[in-house]
Amino acid sequence: MDFEPIFLSLKLALITTAILLVLGIPVAYWLSGKSTMPKILVEALITMPLVLPPSVLGFYLLLAFSPNNGFGKWLHDHLNLQLVFSFEGLVLASIIYSLPFMISPVKSAFGHLPGNLAQASYTMGKTRWQTLIHILLPNIKASIYTAAVLTFAHTLGEFGVVLMIGGNIPGVTKVASIAIYDSVETMDYTSANHYALMLFAITFVIVLAVFIFNKKAVKNPFE
Amino acid sequence: MIEINITKRIKTYKGWEDLNINTQFETGKITRITGPSGVGKTTLLKILAGLVTPNQGVIKFNGELWFDAKTKFSRRIQERNVGFVFQDYALFPNMTVEEHLKYGTKDIAYIDQLLAIGAMESFRQHLPGKLSGGQQQRLAILRALSTKPALLLMDESFSALDKKLKSNLLAQLMALFAAQGITVLLVTHNEGELEGESGVYNMEE
Repeated sequence: MDFEPIFLSLKLALITTAILLVLGIPVAYWLSGKSTMPKILVEALITMPLVLPPSVLGFYLLLAFSPNNGFGKWLHDHLNLQLVFSFEGLVLASIIYSLPFMISPVKSAFGHLPGNLAQASYTMGKTRWQTLIHILLPNIKASIYTAAVLTFAHTLGEFGVVLMIGGNIPGVTKVASIAIYDSVETMDYTSANHYALMLFAITFVIVLAVFIFNKKAVKNPFE
Repeated sequence: MIEINITKRIKTYKGWEDLNINTQFETGKITRITGPSGVGKTTLLKILAGLVTPNQGVIKFNGELWFDAKTKFSRRIQERNVGFVFQDYALFPNMTVEEHLKYGTKDIAYIDQLLAIGAMESFRQHLPGKLSGGQQQRLAILRALSTKPALLLMDESFSALDKKLKSNLLAQLMALFAAQGITVLLVTHNEGELEGESGVYNMEE
C-alpha cells in the first residue's frame, strides 16, 4: 500500500489548520464585536462553503487560480506561482473551504464570554490586545481546540474542492480521499478499503481525543 | 472634583428615557450613590469609567477633560486610572487570586498587603470557581485596587459579606483609601453602609 496519499492528507490538514488558527482567531474576534453591515457581509461570505456544493466552490477557485485569468495570471507573472494542480493551490483552497469550521466556533465562544470580563481588563489599564491574549483566549481554549480539530478533520476528508483544484497527481495533489476515489474507479477495492479505514481511524482518534481532553482538562472554572 | 453634566439615553422597563446627571463629587472622599433600582446608578459608574458613552454633556476629573460630546472627545478607559468593582464581580476564570492581582501590579509587597486586607492570603492559588461568594467579592475589590486607581467605582460591592468580615474589611479599606487619596463612588442599597464617613448622592426617578 502506498502511504503517500495519507501523508499528503495529513500535511495538507496540518498546514491548513495552522494557517487558519493564525488567520481565523483575529477574524472571529473582529466578527464577535458589535454587529455592522460589513461584518454581516463578511460572515455570510465565510459561511458560504458550508452550504455551497464543493464543486461550485472548486469551479470558481479553478477559474480564479487559472494562469489564463486575472488573479492566477498575476500570481504566475509576478510570483511565478501556479496554484492549479499544485499543493500550494490545495492549501489555499482548503483554507477558503475550511474557514467556517475555524471561525464559527471561535466567534461563538467569544460571543458567549461575559462582556464585563473585557471591561474589567480595560479598567485595569490593559489594551484590547493584552485583554485578548491574557483574558479572552485562555477562557475560550476549549472552543479553539474544537475548532482546530474540526478544521483538521474536515480538511482531511476534503474531496470535491481538492479534485477540482488539484486533480490527481501522485505525490503532489493525490490526497487520501482522491486515492480512495481513484482506487474505486480502477476497481481496486482492497486499496480503497485500506485508505478509507486509515482515514476513518485517524479521524476517529482525533475526535475521541478532543472529547476526552474537553472532559478532563477544560472543566468549567465556575463549577 | 468630579464634574459631570451629561445626558444618556437608556432603556428602562418604561421604554427609552433620558438619564440626566448634573452634579459634582468631591475627590479624595467617599460618596454613596443611592436610589431605586433601574434609576441608572450602574450606568453612572460605567459612564465615569468610560465603558458607556453619554449622548450629550461634559465630564471632568480634577479639571482634566474626560468626555466632551461636542468635540467627540472621550479619554480612553485605560487612561482614566479607575478601578471598577462589578456587581457580578467579573473575575477572570483562568486566573488564580494571586494572578488577578499580578495582572494589575508587579509590586509583590502591595499584593501581599491587599491579600492581607481581604483576608485572602491562604487562597492565593485558588481559581475564582473555588472561592465562596464573599471571597469572590473581596477578590473583585482587591483586583480593582491593584492598579492604585485615582477613582474607585464600586457597584454593590459589600452585599455578599458577613457583618464581622465587612466591618473589618471596611476599616482597612478606609485606611487604604485615605493613604492613597482614592476617590470612591459606592452604589449601595444599604443605608447604613459607610454612613457618617461619606457623602451621599441620591438619584431619583
